[in-house]
Amino acid sequence: MTIVTRRNALVGGAGLMLAGCDRIVASPTVRKVLTLGEKATMSGQRLVTDRTALAPEFSATDLSPNFCVNGTTAPGDAAYQAHVARGFADWRLVVDGMVARPLSLSLAQLQAMPARTQITRHDCVEGWSAIGEWTGVPLMLLLKAAALSSNARYVVFHCADDYHGTPYYESIDLVEAFHPQTILAHHMNRQPLSVGHGAPLRLRVERQLGYKQAKYVMRVQAVASLAGIHGGGGGYWEDRKGYQWYAGI
Amino acid sequence: MDGKLVYRTNLPVRIWHWFNALSVFVMLMSGMMILNAHPRLYWGKYGANPDKAWLELPKFPGYDDPFPPLVTIPSSYDLAAARQWHFFFAWVLAIGIVLFLVYALLSRHLTRDLWLKREERSFGHLWHDIKEHARLRFPTGEAARGYNPLQKIAYLGVVLVLIPLVILTGLTMSPAMNAAFPFLLDLFGGRQSARSIHFLCAAGLALFIAVHLLMVLLAGPINELRSMLTGWYRLPEEKRP
Repeated sequence: MTIVTRRNALVGGAGLMLAGCDRIVASPTVRKVLTLGEKATMSGQRLVTDRTALAPEFSATDLSPNFCVNGTTAPGDAAYQAHVARGFADWRLVVDGMVARPLSLSLAQLQAMPARTQITRHDCVEGWSAIGEWTGVPLMLLLKAAALSSNARYVVFHCADDYHGTPYYESIDLVEAFHPQTILAHHMNRQPLSVGHGAPLRLRVERQLGYKQAKYVMRVQAVASLAGIHGGGGGYWEDRKGYQWYAGI
Repeated sequence: MDGKLVYRTNLPVRIWHWFNALSVFVMLMSGMMILNAHPRLYWGKYGANPDKAWLELPKFPGYDDPFPPLVTIPSSYDLAAARQWHFFFAWVLAIGIVLFLVYALLSRHLTRDLWLKREERSFGHLWHDIKEHARLRFPTGEAARGYNPLQKIAYLGVVLVLIPLVILTGLTMSPAMNAAFPFLLDLFGGRQSARSIHFLCAAGLALFIAVHLLMVLLAGPINELRSMLTGWYRLPEEKRP
């Protein structure tokens, strides 16, 4: 005989409710409907935001006293470690894909290019924020130098780090790629980028969340579609955990 | 003998109420999952693990996070899905409150039913109402046809203060919105302050729901539910002396 105690009934009821809720949450139809909200958010934000509207820039007194390293802290890849050992002397950034003139640039060449310096806020999807100063080459200059094809729609950033065994990558559309604050940063807080923060080059897309700010960028690839690149979601976290590709909110 | 049935709640208000209730519940539950990801709150423009938090939520006994599975959407840790729920229902909440406020203004629901009448605004009157609530004595007869002063203050606080604030502070946390409307950051004193105010508003809404549901139970759940479903409310009988 089963004695249903009040406690058991409560726990059982709660369990059933949880199971029911989880079924709703996991339903593909529900997820599809919810994706409409994501599309509405992106369209709505794009509608009210000028293409070149700048993310707020701060003063040196606003800098976070301790800007934490997040995500990969040191890529385990042997080729990358060899670059670190040689001070990135023979490291190259490749710009290719749908461009008329593919580029291969040394760190010295990138550092000699016109640079933009900006003190901006880095917002992690988890909720925390840190303010840092970034100096780097506007992505727009590289895309122009490489003569971006008019058929290209996205720019993909391939990184040197494997996170949990999968290569890290990210992508942005051309609105963000040609935004004046979108830079490939080689300096942070007036120091060459540390390994923890993505040496020798990391992306800054200042109107989006932290997971878009790809570190250890090795290759910039212009594409017409994100399908067929890794999981097709346009980024490591997008593929792995279903994070929103548009990270403006 | 039963009290008189009166038509108290118009259809648009009833429709809004249920859409709003659903979205507030989903927002609170998915919001708790989002807060689980970083349960520390700060004041100012920045704030992360090395910085001083004004509030650090403790883990729920037996779990790794402050909010246990029973109260979060989804039940197990999934920040990406929680964000998807949160930002879908944010549209329902925001469109709903705008339509409600426009309707409430045009139909004079706001000025006639919700706004405190001149005599209700006196300290004596409010104090009397507080004492009546504390003794769980609620208006009866014709006096129960409208909302009582504390009820009006609670409803006005939700529709004019908490929901607008929770939406604005939510938008202030969006980096894209910071580029579009940078004044929001100045208004709330930075993104992390906005995040803290967002949490405090959510806590206020949760408190409202708790008291609101308690009052519904105390005032007669069948009658109250019927009035919010059909519009018809039975006036509680006046006690004979």
